Amino acid sequence: MKTIFDHVRTNPTGGLFGPQDVPHVDAERLIPATLRRTSPPRIPNLSEPELVRHYTRLAKMNYGVDDGFYPLGSCTMKYNPKITEDMARLPGFAALHPLADETLVQGALRLLHEMERHLAQIAGLAAVTLQPVAGAHGELTGMFLVKRHFQEQGEPGRTRILLPDSAHGTNPASAALAGFSVTELPSGEDGLVSLEALDAALDETVAAIMLTVPNTLGLFERRILEVTQRVHSAGALCYFDGANLNSFLGRARPGDMGADLFHFNLHKTFSTPHGGGGPGAGPVAVTERLAQFLPVPRIAHDGTAYHLDWNAPRSIGSVHSFCGNFLVILKAYAYLLQLGDQGLARVSEQAVLNANYLQERLKRTYRLPYDRLCKHEFVLSGAGVAEGVSTLDIAKRLIDYGFHPPTIYFPLIVKEALMIEPTESETKETLDAFTQAMEAIAREAKGDPALLHDAPQCAPVRRLDQTHAARHPVLRYPFQEQTP
Amino acid sequence: MRYIPNIPDDRRAMLAEIGLDSVDRLFDDIPQAVKDRFRPTGLAPRSEMEVSQILHELALLNRREVESVSFLGGGLYDHYIPSVVSHVASRSEFYTAYTPYQPEISQGTLTAMFEFQTLVCELFGMDVANASLYDGATAVAEAALMAVRVAGTKRIAVARSVFGHFRRVLRTYSWAAGIEVIEVPFAASGRLDRSAIPTGIAGLVTQSPNALGVIEDLDGLKAQLGDALLVVAAHPLSLAVLASPGEFGADVVVGEGQPLGLPASFGGPLLGLFATRDRYLRQMPGRIAGRTVDADGREGYTMAVATREQHIRRERATSNICTNSALCALTATVYLAALGSEGLRELALLNLGKAHYLAEKLAALPGHALAFDGPFFNEFVLRVPSDPRRIRTRLQDEGFLVEDPEPLVELGLVRALRLAVTEKRSKEELDLFVRILGGLR
Amino acid sequence: MAYPTRFRYTKEHEWVDVEGKRARVGITEHAQGELGDVVFVELPSVGKVAKKGESLATVESVKAVSEVYAPMSGKVVETNASLDGSPETINKDPHNSGWLVVLELSDPSEIKHLLDAAAYERLLAEG
Repeated sequence: MKTIFDHVRTNPTGGLFGPQDVPHVDAERLIPATLRRTSPPRIPNLSEPELVRHYTRLAKMNYGVDDGFYPLGSCTMKYNPKITEDMARLPGFAALHPLADETLVQGALRLLHEMERHLAQIAGLAAVTLQPVAGAHGELTGMFLVKRHFQEQGEPGRTRILLPDSAHGTNPASAALAGFSVTELPSGEDGLVSLEALDAALDETVAAIMLTVPNTLGLFERRILEVTQRVHSAGALCYFDGANLNSFLGRARPGDMGADLFHFNLHKTFSTPHGGGGPGAGPVAVTERLAQFLPVPRIAHDGTAYHLDWNAPRSIGSVHSFCGNFLVILKAYAYLLQLGDQGLARVSEQAVLNANYLQERLKRTYRLPYDRLCKHEFVLSGAGVAEGVSTLDIAKRLIDYGFHPPTIYFPLIVKEALMIEPTESETKETLDAFTQAMEAIAREAKGDPALLHDAPQCAPVRRLDQTHAARHPVLRYPFQEQTP
Repeated sequence: MRYIPNIPDDRRAMLAEIGLDSVDRLFDDIPQAVKDRFRPTGLAPRSEMEVSQILHELALLNRREVESVSFLGGGLYDHYIPSVVSHVASRSEFYTAYTPYQPEISQGTLTAMFEFQTLVCELFGMDVANASLYDGATAVAEAALMAVRVAGTKRIAVARSVFGHFRRVLRTYSWAAGIEVIEVPFAASGRLDRSAIPTGIAGLVTQSPNALGVIEDLDGLKAQLGDALLVVAAHPLSLAVLASPGEFGADVVVGEGQPLGLPASFGGPLLGLFATRDRYLRQMPGRIAGRTVDADGREGYTMAVATREQHIRRERATSNICTNSALCALTATVYLAALGSEGLRELALLNLGKAHYLAEKLAALPGHALAFDGPFFNEFVLRVPSDPRRIRTRLQDEGFLVEDPEPLVELGLVRALRLAVTEKRSKEELDLFVRILGGLR
Repeated sequence: MAYPTRFRYTKEHEWVDVEGKRARVGITEHAQGELGDVVFVELPSVGKVAKKGESLATVESVKAVSEVYAPMSGKVVETNASLDGSPETINKDPHNSGWLVVLELSDPSEIKHLLDAAAYERLLAEG
């Protein structure tokens, strides 16, 4: 697989910058020898045509939402509207520097302020911070807020976070980074939070529970009001991970379920592009009494103009260099304006309809551990399809059928899990085609499993050796070391 | 609704297949009490055209900022972005893809990640880099957490001459983790006061060029720290002409990658850079791409050493990071590839030259002087003869943007302004700036 | 398979080979099978003191990390350096050249808490 470093010839470059209208300088004159770089970084010098061909070739080896169905559970791979891309490129937004005087960037501040307001309403909570730039970052911020809250309450003994065994790995990782210890609650037979396990775990050392609603099995916590009520009675707080917000957008609000803190994933629910792994945005909404702890600067309006408010003595400080991922937030804002209330409700309606339809069709061929109404996603098991065939094999074979595989081996509480989230962006046609592919693969698994074991055969590369990558890590280009 | 491609006939067929008589049944599992409390946002749906209009109007409100001549810095700089960069980064195969969990159909993303990691190592002079963090500030915070993990002591020293916004985020992360942060002052030279570095620390965070624009001399610093980790926040562009922190024995090098082909974006998205030594690989946060072979023995790339990460280690992960700044890292990769080492050096010299040209002319104005003698790259602090806030307002009226002097006041520089100069500043703009500033009373 | 009768075993799938006051420790054939291809082993430093049940080492496969707990209390006097370059030895020969550490035991009587080969094999059969 060629990288830019495999282009050996140096080609004429230059021609990008200039003119040289001030006197040319020697680095030698301005920087002392001991501080000067002696050998250049080994960055290849490619001509522009070569460069473009290289990256075009790389792009063609990728698969994005614009290429086809991408049913990664809990990732909400919905369509990324192009108008939002164009709006984010307007110089009046993209070129703005955050240290410019506030009077010159009122358009940006107003957008942020309005977005905070809209998100607060969608969450059914009082105040929002747009600083966190990813879901995990939002979780971390939430954990900081929880910690500060109990510090102020004079309850430093609250050092534990409860979370279900179906929780996404970022949940316990975020709790640990904030200095909490984590207690896992075993899920009940029905896949939901067990009230017995909850009662057993709740005591005065618990600071908060972290819940994903609906959970990572795609099941809505029917007893959510009881759960949050018991947590509150024990003096603790409820943090909701909003990764699955697409399932009840426009018809229910976490604040109404008892959430004290809630994070959004704008790059999931609000359709901003995933970018191969970011940038995202993970705003956090909180109740009135937690608002005083939100990161600074807050976006404020004093009656005349918008400004950045640094005056928040109980704030946790900052979690980002500036105000969060402005251009990502902008895309979500444009999407939200297009949708309106009607659109928000249509999103969840179609997302849940698509998921239940697909679940209904696929359960005839694959094990469905929780066979009931799901929300926007559901979890199948690849176990029992055929002897010696794993979920990994099924996933790799799906690639040959032209689909991006679903999430595999998560959540951990289902063996050989396949987590499928179609989103509202898919037609019945696509769902039927996917069903047909999955059924064909199940037949192949029984009749000719080599097809699965050898998959993928139609991808730019065959199955990659993960063990080799881990045993002998080559994590940067191995330049031939110069012989002295 | 444009983005929901479903027709009533299909919806009916699907409901029938599930055995429900209406879409409302799909939400029977949400408690009625919760549904009853629901309140809409009050937003009506709008056409694409209307939304475009609204956004254009908001953008217009920022027009003066965009049309002014910028001397703003603080880690984010006004650089020229070659067209090829945004064209490549706008390919939908790159930006509509997710994290490369299925490497066989993500070789584009993974190869670019591998290239990015290599480029960061080259610039920083280090062994291994991750595929990005959120921004320079969180990269500093993660480096401090890593130092504490490695050294076992919950004490970190940070130079006061590190950017204020880096230190703010570091303080927040450290408070939560129970880590004590001690600030180390700078000397009259504008450089870190080494005699004031405390002992018994897990690591020291310093920055070069620092928030005063001054280039630090890192020679001997690692030796002085002994077992404590040396964390250096570096400016990626400056490293085309400056010796890398790796050459001075840094254990971790971090930085803000925005100058590498990203617009200022009103502060986000940005690009956190993070690199370290081989021996700390398993302590490093963030995603990493590694080289491997496929079933036919062909070279390919996949996510590697993932056992450090949250999806496996959970509460014992090196970090909680999942989504990072992947598309920004791709952008930076294409930018660096578009420039090449030659173009990068040419660019660095242009920045160096223009900044020094301006600095010389400004220092010659009566009542003005450079605050520090030492070498600088493209940012410097200028002493001014009167209230810097008033000067800032006057300059703004004339179409020049300079930063709020408050952070400098906090560092003990009461009548001063920090200025950044990039290749985009023409000689005309620079000469005009000097004339205007010199003419202010 | 027939597990070596000379060894003793823990429920967490570690084996111990006691000789006087020293004990060699590793993970069992069953454990390496569950883990999959071992890619990295993190061993303690020589001199580290561990109580029975405390974490002693970690063994990593591509998608999982497994803690290895001290089956008996003692001080680490030797570690298997060859695992650094060849972690796959644990898969190929877990009971012999795939050993992890040698402990100098502080309380050899702790052996009575461990399972013998037959008991361990029964545990696996129940599995």
